[in-house]
Amino acid sequence: MTADNADTGRSLHFEIFRYNAADPDAGPTMQHFYIDETPYMSLFIALNQIRETQDPSLQFDFACRSAVCGSCGMMVNGRPVLGCRTLTADLPGHIRLHPLPVFKLIGDLSVDTGVWFRDMAENTGAWMHTTTPFDPDTREQRMDDELAQAIYEGDRCIECGCCVAACGAANVNPDFKGPAGLNRVARFMLDPRDERDDADWFDIISNQDGIFGCLGMMACSDVCPKQLPLLEVYAYLRRKALTARLTE
Amino acid sequence: MSTQLSNVDVLVIGGGLAGERVAIEAAAAGHEVLILSLVTPRRSHSCAAQGGMQAALGNCVKAAGDNPTLHFLDTVRGSDWGADQEVARIFAEEAPAAVRELAHFGVPWTRVRGGKNSYFIKGERVEIDEAVDNDGLIMHRDFGGTAKWRACYAAAGTGHAALYAVDSEVIRLGISVRDRVEAVELIHDGRRCYGVVARCLRTGAHFSILARATVIATGGHGRIFGHYTTNATINEGMGAAIALNSGVVPLGNMEAVQFHPTALAPSGILITEGCRGDGGYLLDRQLRRFMVDAEPEKQELASRDVVSRHMTQQMHDGNGVEAAFGQHLWLDLRHLGAEHLQSKLREVFDICRDFAGIDPAQELIPVRPTQHYSMGGIRVNKDGQAYNLRGLFAAGEAACWDMHGFNRLGGNSLAETIVAGRLVGRSAAEFATGHALDVNTRLAAETQRNAQQRATEWLRRTGNGRSVFEIRDAMAETMINQVGIFRDGGGLSQAVAELAALLQDCETAGLRSKAPGMNPELTFALRLKNMLRLAFVTAQGALARTESRGAHSRSDFPLRNDADWLNRTLVRWADNAAEPSFSYEPVGLLDLPPGHRGYGGDERIEMNTSLTDYNTGVAEQQRAQGRSETRDAPGSRVVWGAWKEQI
Repeated sequence: MTADNADTGRSLHFEIFRYNAADPDAGPTMQHFYIDETPYMSLFIALNQIRETQDPSLQFDFACRSAVCGSCGMMVNGRPVLGCRTLTADLPGHIRLHPLPVFKLIGDLSVDTGVWFRDMAENTGAWMHTTTPFDPDTREQRMDDELAQAIYEGDRCIECGCCVAACGAANVNPDFKGPAGLNRVARFMLDPRDERDDADWFDIISNQDGIFGCLGMMACSDVCPKQLPLLEVYAYLRRKALTARLTE
Repeated sequence: MSTQLSNVDVLVIGGGLAGERVAIEAAAAGHEVLILSLVTPRRSHSCAAQGGMQAALGNCVKAAGDNPTLHFLDTVRGSDWGADQEVARIFAEEAPAAVRELAHFGVPWTRVRGGKNSYFIKGERVEIDEAVDNDGLIMHRDFGGTAKWRACYAAAGTGHAALYAVDSEVIRLGISVRDRVEAVELIHDGRRCYGVVARCLRTGAHFSILARATVIATGGHGRIFGHYTTNATINEGMGAAIALNSGVVPLGNMEAVQFHPTALAPSGILITEGCRGDGGYLLDRQLRRFMVDAEPEKQELASRDVVSRHMTQQMHDGNGVEAAFGQHLWLDLRHLGAEHLQSKLREVFDICRDFAGIDPAQELIPVRPTQHYSMGGIRVNKDGQAYNLRGLFAAGEAACWDMHGFNRLGGNSLAETIVAGRLVGRSAAEFATGHALDVNTRLAAETQRNAQQRATEWLRRTGNGRSVFEIRDAMAETMINQVGIFRDGGGLSQAVAELAALLQDCETAGLRSKAPGMNPELTFALRLKNMLRLAFVTAQGALARTESRGAHSRSDFPLRNDADWLNRTLVRWADNAAEPSFSYEPVGLLDLPPGHRGYGGDERIEMNTSLTDYNTGVAEQQRAQGRSETRDAPGSRVVWGAWKEQI
């Protein structure tokens, strides 16, 4: 394990947002760090190196480091990304890091996405609404595999919050359900196991906090690390909102 | 320092699949439930499980005739007879309902497509007609060490889909979750557990929660191998550690450590066994499928311990591919085609692209065996009740229940989280119903004061001592080099000595940062001694076990020894005691007699007692220890001899 640490000849200049609410003397600042780039260096590796060798008080969140858990959304040179899958090789030598906007700041690069997403789930009823109790002794309900794949497509959202951070509407309207929220609604709408009807869906999405709050700029789609088909999701929701209205 | 105190009926530590499924069961029984989690539940490491969840539904042609008895047989053979067979039986029987329940919660399981389907089986493309009658039922894929296709899956995001569905149910039931909270010490008097002292990872403040029943479901502890693991950074084993620190609750089989054959090299990110299940090959530097010669019957789909050993041997013999970061082998998925890779193995496709810059439809994937799963953990009886501490339960990877013995089969842990979650949730709920809240505020205050003092003590240390991160890295090197896939007495003795020295270093290590509030260095420092203690008992347990069984492979004792070692290691270690104390118990009642697994070597040292004598001994020991007080009598769930009809 030696060549791993060979540098690439580039020195990286990190400029990182710092704020610790528990420190009464310190306001928000930008702090500068310099490290030598190594091959395959991701922000996961770089930030841990900075913490372990330069400033161990630096707060940031990583868990899976494989782009599936959604912990490490952060602003990199003004763009929301997952830190773990962002390679320094793809960035300029000067890297500015900020916490995601919209979400409550915990400290430095760490934000509270968990509470935001739980609120969103509660506000949209993001669970299976069914009156049928589970019967352990019967075979599963059948589902066409095409449909299962379509539901899975929307289910792949990892709730990292990158889309929310990039969203013009979510940045100004704290009640806006956000791209991830709208996608979550569409996922349940598509699922025949969920017994909610058009009128129920109408209440959730047909308003300024729902699909009609979307400004259509589609930054969400540009930044989504899972490349969810958000444009199609919104078209589907608008269509459903319209037909719900027409059939009322 | 004041004691912040609250109480709840059932306290669940850990917001992954096992913990959340426990919480659902307890809440459904009418209890007030609180989940504490290091991260918001959907970020728990359950989300990273990819390939599948084992349950004998028998829905597709290659699964025809499957049943819980076959699943039981595969599980016991996979465990190299280290499993508690009654638990393996309970698990196999309850897995189908657990998987179907997940469909009810909303998991978009991949379904059977009736009609012509094309699969890769043992190196050949095969056309199979799936019965139109089975169209739309939950589909299966092949996995290692199984007689049938049994793994139910949602593309390669099974854990994610399952976790999101289960968490949705938690939200529906209005179960409280406090995330960014770490349980740091059990409140107990050596007989009964009263709750925990926890530390808030937003503010650094300590507080206490009293509970009628406390359940630890904190997952595995792969991070004692540093970055030589597929595990998330949060899998540091603090649940197992606080149980060990109690001094009364034993950890079981800590030396049983699973190495997954195919982690992406060098990052260590998991590439699912489902790749080989769907027909992927392992190749050496000459692009030779070495597993065909090594295991003609199962080929790439022998159990993980066996495949990982063959791979390590290949690299040792000079057949590995040399790279800047060391040696690796190849995983070849090219023949599966882009369409398959972008649908059924979509997450693998993404990981290869994002973390290795590889298109697996065109290129080979560099892989090598990497620490993956902790078979060992908090020893519980079949109801999930921890030994020796009433009111404490454990479920999932944090527990040693013990259905995996010395090697877990792929897809069995994801299924275990749900099956054990249901069952242990019921046990905890029943316990909470039967036992009033026992409020011992003095004990809680004292425990909390201890925990706070540890933090204060660290902050008081000057910056001159060794860095906590350096100690962690030294621990990782010791573990991967001496307590890895192949072990021997010399290396293990050295590991024990090195870890003992690191424990000493930990006492004099110094923090560099005195930052108030959520200080990440302090947070890690508080875990470091716990991780070292887990590493130490793993190494010492491995040194003591002078045989090879499942994932525990001793070069100096290459045979499985059923005469002397058909048992489970138990280790206790109070946090103020100098040395851990080891003892052994029988693996449990034997229904399937020890034999050949069907892969790996067939040489072993036979039992020197009869099955009847062994089983009589088990019953006697259980009675004498008085620790297996279970809902149903010991052995009542064994279906004696059912396996005979399947062989």
